[in-house]
Formats: sequence, C-alpha cells, structure tokens
Amino acid sequence: MPRRTDLSTVLVIGSGPIVIGQAAEFDYSGTQACAALRREGLRVVLVNSNPATIMTDPDVADVTYVEPLDLPTLVAIIERERPDALLATLGGQTALNLAVALDEAGVLAANGVELLGVDAEAIRTAEDRQRFKDAMTGIGLESPRSRLVADVETGLAVADELGFPLVLRPSFTLGGAGGGIARDRAELSSLLARGLADSPVGEVLVEESVLGWKEFELEVMRDQGDDCVLVCSIENLDPMGVHTGDSITVAPAQTLSDPELQRMRDAAFAVLRRIGVATGGANVQFAVDPRTGRQLVIEMNPRVSRSSALASKATGYPIAAIAALLAIGYRLHELVNGVTGTTPVSFEPSLDYVVVKVPRFAFEKFPSADTTLTTTMRSVGEAMAFGSTFREALNKALRSREDGGSGFGSRAWRWATTGDVELEAELVRPHPDRLDVVAESLRRGWGMERVAAATAFDPWFVDQFERLIERHGELVAAGSLTSLDDGLLRESKREGISDAHLAELLATDETAVRAHRLARDVRIAHRTVDTCAAEFEARTPYHYGTYGGEDEVVHDGRRSVVVLGSGPNRIGQGVEFDNCCVHAVQTLSRGGWRTVMVNCNPETVSTDHDVADVLYFEPLTLEDVLAVCDRERPVGVLVQFGGQTPLALAEGLQRAGVPILGTPPDAIDAAEDRGRFGASMEALGLTMPEGAIAHDVDEGVAIARRIGLPVLVRPSYVLGGRAMRLVERRDALERELEAAFSVGGGGVLVDRFLEDAIELDVDAVFDGTSLLVGGILEHIEEAGVHSGDSASVTPPVTLSAAQEVEVRRATLGIARALGVVGLINVQFALKGETLFCLEANPRASRTVPFLSKTTGIPLAGMAALVAAGSRLGELVRDGVLAGVIADPDLDDVLLPVVRGHVAVKEAVLPFGRFAGTDPVLGPEMRSTGEVMGIAAAFGDAFARSQAAAGAPLPQRGRVFVSVADRDKRAIVLPAARLVELGFALVATPGTARVLHRAGIAAETAGKVSEGDDSIVRLLSDGSVGLVLNTPYGSDARGDGAVLRTAALAAGVPCITTIAGIRAAIQGIEAERAGSRTVRSLQEHLGRVAPQGRP
Amino acid sequence: MNERPPALLVLEDGTSFRGWSFGASGTTVGEAVFTTGMTGYEEVLTDPSYRAQIVTMTVPHVGNYGLNPAHRESDRLQVAGFVVREAARRPSSWTSQGDLVGALVAEGVVAIEGVDTRRLTRHLRSAGAMRAAISTEVLEVDALVAQARSAPDMLGRELVSEVTTGQPWVIRPEGPVRARVAALDLGLKRSMLRGLTEQGLEVHVLPAATSADELRALGVEGLFLSNGPGDPATVQGPIATTRSVLGELPVFGICLGSQLLGHALGGSTYKLPFGHRGANQPVLRRHDGRVEITSHNHGFAVDPSSLGEVVGPGVHQHEQLGPVLISHVNLNDDVCEGLVLREAPAFSVQYHPEAAPGPHDAWHLFARFAALIDLVRSGRGRSVLDLDRAG
Ligand SMILES: Nc1ncnc2c1ncn2[C@@H]1O[C@H](COP(=O)(O)OP(=O)(O)O)[C@@H](O)[C@H]1O
Ligand SMILES: Nc1ncnc2c1ncn2[C@@H]1O[C@H](COP(=O)(O)OP(=O)(O)O)[C@@H](O)[C@H]1O
Ligand SMILES: [Mg+2]
Ligand SMILES: [Mg+2]
Repeated sequence: MPRRTDLSTVLVIGSGPIVIGQAAEFDYSGTQACAALRREGLRVVLVNSNPATIMTDPDVADVTYVEPLDLPTLVAIIERERPDALLATLGGQTALNLAVALDEAGVLAANGVELLGVDAEAIRTAEDRQRFKDAMTGIGLESPRSRLVADVETGLAVADELGFPLVLRPSFTLGGAGGGIARDRAELSSLLARGLADSPVGEVLVEESVLGWKEFELEVMRDQGDDCVLVCSIENLDPMGVHTGDSITVAPAQTLSDPELQRMRDAAFAVLRRIGVATGGANVQFAVDPRTGRQLVIEMNPRVSRSSALASKATGYPIAAIAALLAIGYRLHELVNGVTGTTPVSFEPSLDYVVVKVPRFAFEKFPSADTTLTTTMRSVGEAMAFGSTFREALNKALRSREDGGSGFGSRAWRWATTGDVELEAELVRPHPDRLDVVAESLRRGWGMERVAAATAFDPWFVDQFERLIERHGELVAAGSLTSLDDGLLRESKREGISDAHLAELLATDETAVRAHRLARDVRIAHRTVDTCAAEFEARTPYHYGTYGGEDEVVHDGRRSVVVLGSGPNRIGQGVEFDNCCVHAVQTLSRGGWRTVMVNCNPETVSTDHDVADVLYFEPLTLEDVLAVCDRERPVGVLVQFGGQTPLALAEGLQRAGVPILGTPPDAIDAAEDRGRFGASMEALGLTMPEGAIAHDVDEGVAIARRIGLPVLVRPSYVLGGRAMRLVERRDALERELEAAFSVGGGGVLVDRFLEDAIELDVDAVFDGTSLLVGGILEHIEEAGVHSGDSASVTPPVTLSAAQEVEVRRATLGIARALGVVGLINVQFALKGETLFCLEANPRASRTVPFLSKTTGIPLAGMAALVAAGSRLGELVRDGVLAGVIADPDLDDVLLPVVRGHVAVKEAVLPFGRFAGTDPVLGPEMRSTGEVMGIAAAFGDAFARSQAAAGAPLPQRGRVFVSVADRDKRAIVLPAARLVELGFALVATPGTARVLHRAGIAAETAGKVSEGDDSIVRLLSDGSVGLVLNTPYGSDARGDGAVLRTAALAAGVPCITTIAGIRAAIQGIEAERAGSRTVRSLQEHLGRVAPQGRP
Repeated sequence: MNERPPALLVLEDGTSFRGWSFGASGTTVGEAVFTTGMTGYEEVLTDPSYRAQIVTMTVPHVGNYGLNPAHRESDRLQVAGFVVREAARRPSSWTSQGDLVGALVAEGVVAIEGVDTRRLTRHLRSAGAMRAAISTEVLEVDALVAQARSAPDMLGRELVSEVTTGQPWVIRPEGPVRARVAALDLGLKRSMLRGLTEQGLEVHVLPAATSADELRALGVEGLFLSNGPGDPATVQGPIATTRSVLGELPVFGICLGSQLLGHALGGSTYKLPFGHRGANQPVLRRHDGRVEITSHNHGFAVDPSSLGEVVGPGVHQHEQLGPVLISHVNLNDDVCEGLVLREAPAFSVQYHPEAAPGPHDAWHLFARFAALIDLVRSGRGRSVLDLDRAG
C-alpha cells in the first residue's frame, strides 16, 4: 500500500522551547519529518514557538508559524490553513497534549482534521497512568502495583497498603516532572502535593517501588499493515529510580539473553498494538528483576522521544523520517534504507559496535539543589559515543561531556581523601559523579561484588570498569612513556583511554603522548555506521573513530572544510549553536565544498547524517578532531559556530598545523583577554565599565575599593556568565572573589556594575572590510540580568536613531580592531547617554538564530562563506545575500531591509526542577531555552512571547504595580488604562499615592523590604495575575528580586520596564480584540503576500 | 595486558588476524562465516547447522550472560571454531550456570578473541565465505593458510551423517496427542521439537537414513524435515524419502528441510556468496503481503528457475504434484525463502520460525503444520492454501 492520496496539507506541531526533558531531539525529529513529508509532495504547515530551531527556518516547512503552542493559536492556524491531518507525534509531550486538547475541544472534528499515527484515544491510554496499567493487565503484561490518586489523603492511604519507598509518577508530564521517590509519609505528602499540581490532569500514580531493578528501553515501530520492527534496545547502567534521561545508557542491551530480549520484544509489540499506535515509532520502558528476570512494563511513549533520537543516531535508522512516511500510508517494506540504498527499512538494525550516552548536568548553577538523581529528570544535555567495545565507547562518551574529565577514572583523585564510610555512601547514592566514586572504590580494591551491590549496576558493567582500573594500574606501573610497552599502549588506546588521560597516568603531557603514539603508528581508524553490521555495503558517510580498526572512509577529493559542533547541550550553549553549525554546513555544501561535521551530541540536527557531506560522530577533543583532520586534510576548520567548545580547540589545532578558517585564534584571544580587549577599546575611544583583572582576592578587593560598589565579579574565559556574581555589599566581597577564583580559568574580572542601564546585543558578520549588522536586540530587563535570561526585543523600542547608529559604528570599529573574519557578537549597555561595551565574542552567539529568523538573513551561513574567503560585496552581487541595504549613515555597513514587524525573545527557566533554588535572575545564565513572539506591534509580540513562555498575560483580575520614582509619572496612563480594561490595582505606598492623586483606585500593599510580605502571599495564592515593577536601583533591587521570585514561582508574568508595561497593555488589548490571529513567518518576511488581518 | 595465549586466524586467501585464544588450544579448520545476531551465542554454538564452520559474531561483546543448558539447541557445541571481538571475563545473569570460556575449553572448541571482526566480516562479504583456520599452535601465517586450504570445500560436502541421531526416539506433547509425526533429524534444533510438541504433536525423531517405508510403518500423519549442515545436494537419502511421501503425507521443512523439499520436487540448490546468518532478515509473505523479521542461518538456497515451467508470477508447474509457489522471499536480496504446493500438503521455509536465537514472528508456522495435518485428515482440503481460504 503506497502513500495515501487523500492528504495534501499536514499540520506538524513542534515541541516549543528547550526545557529539561524536551530538548533539541525534537528539532532533529521534526526537521527530518518535515523534509520527508515535503519530498512526498505534501504541504507542511508547522507551528513551533522556538526560534532557535532549524525546524522553524522559513524553508523547512511550506508555512511556518512561530507562535505560542496553546489552544487559541492552534485553533486559529487550523481555521486558517485547513489541514487535512495533524501529525502530533514529533513534538514531544507538548504536541501530544495539545492534540488531546484539540480533540477534546472538538476542534479536530469540526475542521475535519485527522490525527495521524496515533488517535487521541491511544494517547490517553498511553499517558493516563491508570488506563495504561489496566491496558497492560488486559494483555497479560505485569507492571508495578499502584493506585492513581487525585488528592494527598488518598495517597497516604495507599502508602499503608503498598509500604515505603513509593514512586510518584504524574500523568501527562514529561521528564518525570513532579515525580519522585517518597521514603516516608512526610516526603509523600510534600512530593504528592507538587506532583498533583504538575500533572495537567491533577493525577499522580503512587506506585510500589522497584528501585534497583535493571531498566531497559525498546525503540519500536509499527506500520498500518501491523508489521513491527525493533529498531534498538537500550540498557540503562543506572538502575530503576534514576530517570532514563539522567542515566548512562548503552546500546545495544548487553546483559539480556536472547530468550529474555525476545520476550521483551514480543511484549513491546503487544503494547504498541494494545495502546493503538496505528503507525510510527514508540518507546517502551521495562524494569527487570536482576534476581529472577521478571519483566515489568513501566511506560510507553507513543511518539518519537529523546531515546528514539538516540536510537536513530546509534543505529543510522532515521526513526522520525520513517514514522512520518508510515503516518501517510507507507509500509515499512516499501521504504528503502538510505544507508544501503538497496535494502528496505523493514529490518532490525544490527550493531557491531557499542554506543554509550552520558548525561550532562548543570547543578553548579543551582548550588542549593540536592544532587541526588531521582525519577525527575534534571540533566540539561547529553553526549554519545561509539566504540568497538563498551570500554572504548564509555571513555569517549565521558571525554565528550566536557566536564574536565578525560575518561573513566580521570577524576577519581577528587575522592582520594574521602573516608571509606563516606565513599560507600556516595557509591550507594545516585549522583552525577558516581562513576568517579566507582573508580575510586575499585582502585581501593573493594572489588566487583561489593561495588555492584552498592550501586545496583549489573556486575558485567562493573567488571568492565574494573578492567579499566587494572589497566590504569599497569600504566602507572609502566611509569613513563619511554618505559611503556607498545603492546600495552595499543591495548590502552583500544580501550579508549585518551591521550590526555594517558599523559596524566604517565606523568607527561598530551602532546608527548601523541607524538609517541604516532611514531608507533597507533592511530584512530574511522568506521562507518551502516545499520547492518557490515552485511551490506553502506553509502552514507557517517563515521566514528576507533583504535585498532580498519579505515573505511572514502574521500571524494573535493576541497573540504571541517565544522566543529558545540558538544553536549548545557545552559549557555544550546541548540542555538547547533542551528549556526547546520547553517554553516548547508551553505558551504551549496557552495560546492565537501563539508565535514564533527559533533558528539545525539540530540542535534547537525548529527543527522543527511546534513553535512560527511559526519564524524566524535568527541570534540584535540585527539579526536586531529584524527578527523588527518583523514580529511581540510582546507581549514571552522571554530566560530559551536560556541565556546571549538574556540577552546582553536589554538591546539593551529599548533598542530591545522589551518583555522575565519577569525584567527589570536583575534579570539584579543577579544577574550580582558587586558588586550580593554586596550583596543581605549584605542577606539569606546567606554567600558570601569574594571580590572585581579590575580588574587586582595587585588580584587583593592580594585573594588577603587571603582566602588556595586561590582560584578567573574572568572575570565567563561560562557553563560558562569560563576558571575553581583556584589553590592563590602562584606560579601571576599566570599564572592574566592568563589570566582575557585572556578579557575585564570584571573577574575572585577567590573563596575552599571545600574539600571539598558543592555543591547548585536550580532554581525565582518569580512575584513564591510560589516553586515544582523540586528540590534534591546533587553527588556535592565543590565545585570544575563543576556541569555532576559527578554529582549528587536528592532529596539526605546533607542533613538542616533543611538542605533552609534551602536553600529562601535560594532564596526570593534570588528576591525579585533580582526574578526566571520561572526561577532557585541554586548553593550546604555546608561543615560553613554554607551558602554560589555564584551565582544568573535563567534556565533545565542541570538544569531533569533535575529536570522526575524530578518530572514541567514547570518551563520553568510559568516561561513566569509570565513571561507568570500566578501560580503560579492555575496550581494551574486544574489547569495539578499534582503540587505547599505547603511544610510555609515560606510561599509549593510543592514537587513526593514520589515513591518517586531520580535520579542523570552527566556524559559528550569527553576521548577531544582527545588530549593531562589529563582532570581542575575548575571549568571540559567535559562534552558527561548521562545519568540512576533507581530506587527510590540505589545502584541510581547503578549505572544509571554504566552509562548507559559505565562500568558491575564485578561482580568488583580495587577500589582510598583515603579521607580523616575517612572511614577509615566505609570499613570497605563494604570488608568488597566482600570478601564477592568483590572483591579494593588500598589506599593509610593506608587499608590501617585495613582490616588490621579484619581485611580488602588489598594496599598507594604514594601517587602519594610517587612510587609502581603504581596508575596497575594502572588502565591494566585490572586494577582500580573506584576508591573520597574527597579529603583540598588537599594530596592531587593524588593524587585523577591517579587520576581514569587511571580516566577507562581507563574505570573512580571514586567520590569515602562516599555514592557505599555507593551503588556497593548498585548492585553490585542488579546481582547478577539480570538488570536496568526501570521506565518513567510508572510512576516515578505516571502508570500500577507493574508488578511495580522 | 591480556593474560590469554596468542592465537592466529587465517583465511584461505591469505588474510590473517592475530588475537588471543579463549577456548581450547589446538588448530581447527572450517568455512568462515559471520552472523549478525546481537544475542544468542549459546544457540549459535550448539546449532548443528554450524557444523564445520568457523563462526564470527559481529556483535563485539560475547559471553556476557554466561551459559544456560536450557538455551542449548543440541547436546554439544557444534561450531568448528569461534571468533569474537571480546569474550566476557565475568558473565552476569540470573540464568547463568556456566561461562563461555569454560565450555569452549571443555568441549574442545578453538576460539579467538581480539579480532577486528568488522574487517573480517567486510572481507567475507566482498570475497565470499571461504575456508579458514584458527590455531593456538601454528602462529605463522603461511603455514596456517596451507592448513586452511587443505580443508574440504563446503560445496559438495555431506555433514548430515555427523549430526543426525543414531537411534529413532520419541518425544510426546504435554497434553493429549493431536497427531503423530516423523521428524527427519538432519541436525535438528531442540526448539523445533518445542514448536511441534506445543501443537500437541507426538514427534518420532528419525535418523536421516530412514526410508519411506520405515516411515510409513510408524503410521505417522506428517513428515517434518529439520535444519542441518552441509550441501543439500549431498543429502540424497532424505531427498528420496521426501519425494516418495510427497502428496501422501503433509510435509513441513525448515532450512535444509526446505532445500530438500526443493530437490524432492526436482529442483536444485545453489550456494550464496556469503549466506544469510542473523536475526534481522525481512521476509515477505507472498499470500498476504505481511513481512516477518526472521532468524536465518543458511549458505545455500533453492533455485526457483529449477522448479519447472513458470505458469505465473512465482508459480512453477510440477508434473505430478501441480503448482509450486515461491511463498516467501527475502526482501534484502529476493532469495527464495519458502515453498508451498497448491494441490498437495507440503510447505517449507528457508528461515527459522523456531528462532532460537531470534524473533518469534514466524512461530505460528508450527501451528500451520498441525492445522494442515488436521485438514488433510478431515478430507476438507489438501494444501495450506485451503487453510488460508478457510481463514
Ligand atoms: N515503580 C518504580 N520504581 C522505581 N523506579 C521507577 C518506577 N517507575 C518509574 N521509575 C523510574 O522513574 C523514571 C521516570 O518514570 P517515567 O514513567 O519513565 O517518566 P517519564 O514519562 O517522564 O519518562 C523511570 O525512568 C524509572 O527509572
Ligand atoms: N558592568 C556591567 N554592568 C551591568 N551588568 C553587566 C555588566 N557586565 C556584565 N553585565 C551583565 O552580565 C551578563 C553576563 O555578562 P557577559 O559578559 O555577557 O557574560 P557571558 O559572556 O558569560 O555571557 C550580561 O548579559 C549583562 O547583563
Ligand atoms: Mg520514561
Ligand atoms: Mg513518559
């Protein structure tokens, strides 16, 4: 049965902003699926609020809506686009839940929209924990004993029946949100209360615990002919109790016998059929009792998932693309396996290698949060690696994680002085560094049995760890490189022990190890990921490195360029950088280059083997990247797209004789070295916040005394404002300086803090002569809130034309002075009339994709061409760079043509998952993702951004107003308007007085700083729906902070500038004006004529 | 460093691989083949069809879950030699009752680990299956290559006599006996007997040499042809036996059994370049367009063009027995994976419905055999196609 002919338009829902548990993997899946559907001649309508995705690039779908993922928006889009069908299985939990909502609201039926893949009934049965269990019992599959409860009392009653510990699993949530492990009644009631709140349907499954059982996942697919395949089996090293997203996982499963695996496979298919996954992929999770082999079904996700992305990368089997094609009627055997080009996808991949995935955490940004891993996912990213053995894959995955480790056991020394008792406790407790503890315990000779018992890791894995520890012992015994036996060297490399780690063990340096190794011709060979264990010839250039293997790479002889990716996602370096890498690669490929991608992040689009001409799924370390360069002999390497990760490699690569394309390493240093940067700013006559670099605490104190408080303290060479602190009081100074020094990275910068200044972000491309300014972003929060965390708007709303020219002139000067070739990001702060330059980053920035989306100018792509030697002028002449005009005020500057829309970027923060952290925004970035609101007017755009971020502006109720003196006059009109709109006002005394004088009714609430916390209570009990608060400067930042905290906690939008307040009101009016209207990105960008009312 | 003694693996074309011994010491020769199944090394090692073959596992880690007698497909390790990337040092599984290395040593199987099994597999894929040798004594390449070349070629090699049962024996189902069938043991896997008895069939396991008359004398209502090693063309006795009961008794053949059915129908078999060995092969069921993911272990296949005049797509005409259908094809390479007689009670599959190791997608075929026997007895039909019609 080939594809259905009755479908012409398909609506695809994306997963929205990057949040923990729902990250870039859905960009990968969605992008792949959209492409597959369009190749089939279908018209694809996409909606996703996340501007940093590749998926929302204007040429991925036919029609792209960057709009809030809520019911009103979806209704508007459906009524406007009249799709025949909705594909909701690619946008994670968000899309599934929206599909159910649309179905329950009767919207699908009313508009004759068919749900593809799984119908609403199936989604409910899969996601409603109780119905799922009943379904399992119905088909004779076991699951843990449990009760679904809707209130705490019942939960406690269940505890009497099932006993402790208990596992709480809310319905319809993702990443285990609101879940947890309760060991006693107290824990149960508090966890349960939160879980009930987090579940969209207010239901939590209170379940018998099977902590310590083995956990497995099967990635399976089904077609409309009821044929099923098992794409990949995944074994979790961490047993039940640690969310699969936080677990170290291994593919294929290593410790299941064939009868056990086949039983699990049969069960997985039975689940698919029972739940009613008509077509597509699903993920089924099992718990296995290590003592008896008893198998329990834990859950099933009737959609592509983080694990299916992992499985696709691990096997070469593109689950999302195939799921999309199955959804429109194809059968598995009708689709060709692109890797072999000859065999069908109705087969089960066979792996002749091992794949290991390790999570990446960000607890350092949430110091007060408990690091014990539970059933609520808290990792923010992951790294994956291939190896010929588990040990090689594990070592590669660990060095891919970029957490300072160079392989298994390389950080065990941190525990060397820990006493046995404490060490044992840390062995039992699941936490991010547990493998280091395992290594140390084995080093102490505790042995496999004891370690396996303490961790509940399968003994087979612990034996693998022990083999590595034994190897380390042999190496240490060898003493030095010169006395190192070649056989031992070969074996060690085959086990994935990195040059860096060898250097540590042999007390030498990495360069010496490399030289020694190459002298003995011990090199990485590159193999192909072929889905079939070499049974058939593979066409896809998808490779991984291994020692002691046979090289399989065929070079077509074209001039090649290597693009280094950004590695595991982390706060401050996320999907935005992958977006830039993908643009760089695609643009250069179109330009005739052989593009070579190197990355180790399985979630990303850049590691889709269809994106670059050649993909090396490898760690981003000097050793592995140099091996790729040896193989590819590239014209050069591009390091400016993957964030800080490739920049850190630039110098080493250059020293090893590999040419760097674009901005040279020295220019990078000139920007990052505070001293050099300051000097060039002075030369340009540009102001920087007064400040200096301190080399010890005393020097820091002296600097602070000289420039005066408040100051900002931060280690140099960091991203995302890592460990950056605002110091307002003398007594806090030493502590914060010590903290900053302890993070390392050389000296510590001490800067004068600019109070209530407007922060600006500029992204531009410089070719040595002319500058393409991508746009200026004006932050809505005042400087001091990290650029990554603050809402911002482009084009700026409060800047004068003259100020904008000044910003562009400064940017041009900086790009010239630094010698940038390619992208540059500059952060400015406008205080009064003075423009301060905060920093310049000669690389892609977080805001590049956002600006590219709003202007239609692919900045990263243009930068790649420039770095590869093109001039902007040529690109314009050749029509490669369109939609730009010459700057009317400045020579050598190009600007995007002005469009009639405003775009607002709002950050999304993970505080909910880090109980005990104070969610006040500061100079250290903590957001995981972003959304975009785009509309003809600022207010409307702002309202959309708030809705997209999950805190929609209220339509009625109470508004809390508290503004700085300078804003008191300006607030009157907006306040009056709010009252007209039917809102009741609450204000702090000063503001209230002004309002009353203007005859505006307003209750009075005391200042928190003066001991009255009534406002905090009003917020938390939900009786205030909006907070309008412009900061007063340092003395009252305290108040603002507390407010912001309470507002965030309660999910109430909090607006901190008069501009924002006006915006919000306009937004509310826009919403009032009636049902939400939508306009596609293609319309906004003038690619198609706008239809109807915006 | 690896404390195991060195070992050498060579192919007849001179290709060589150095590694370490993890089995018996000595020298062994055989046909080098690879299997892509990721689990099931116990079933592979004990499958008589791997007789005289040096088996390479493409999955890197082997022996992880130890050994369990219940997973054995015959009473001994059958392979001529075993090649892996890495053998588990400490097996771990609640089912484990022994470890791989111990068994290989005890049962005298020469085995080598530390081999770049992907390089070996890619070589066999392009150059085809060929003779090979593994040794822990002869560590000099040319000398061992010479020994590899001295090994008999698989083409034209008869091995069934080495693995068939000496004596007839009977295995009864748990419950009441639905029917009595004969199973020609050509290298019978235990799980096939499980599949048959599960259907209530009483199975008379017979030596390969059993004649048609001896078989009739048992009063069986069906004949099952098992899997087995070697070149099917050499298994003349069983071919004759099958030929003479075709049309009279319901016949079900698996793997070698399927090839024998082909021969019994006057057809011929040919050797595949490197065979099908693994647990992930897609097989299309011609009659309903469904695809089964199946377990394979065959180096030979039936040549459809040898089955007489083509009278329709995938249909050949047999003088006495009528139309012969190519009922199953491998979607990877269109190899014939099954035969069905339209007017006589006989069918076969080239792959392994009993799995072990592998997916259970085709387990239902044992029920199909039992149903065919009932059908013939009831006189309401003659062929499995009548079953499908009946639904
Ligand atoms: N009964 C249980 N006992 C112990 N751990 C459990 C139990 N149920 C689930 N878990 C753990 O909680 C994690 C998250 O549960 P799951 O239902 O998969 O949430 P999500 O839907 O967010 O993936 C699982 O990966 C597993 O490790
Ligand atoms: N002198 C300053 N005065 C006020 N705010 C500042 C100053 N310097 C930095 N900031 C704030 O700190 C944030 C992080 O600083 P930045 O240099 O961008 O760190 P990173 O490069 O790690 O992102 C900026 O976005 C800005 O809001
Ligand atoms: Mg889960
Ligand atoms: Mg789930």
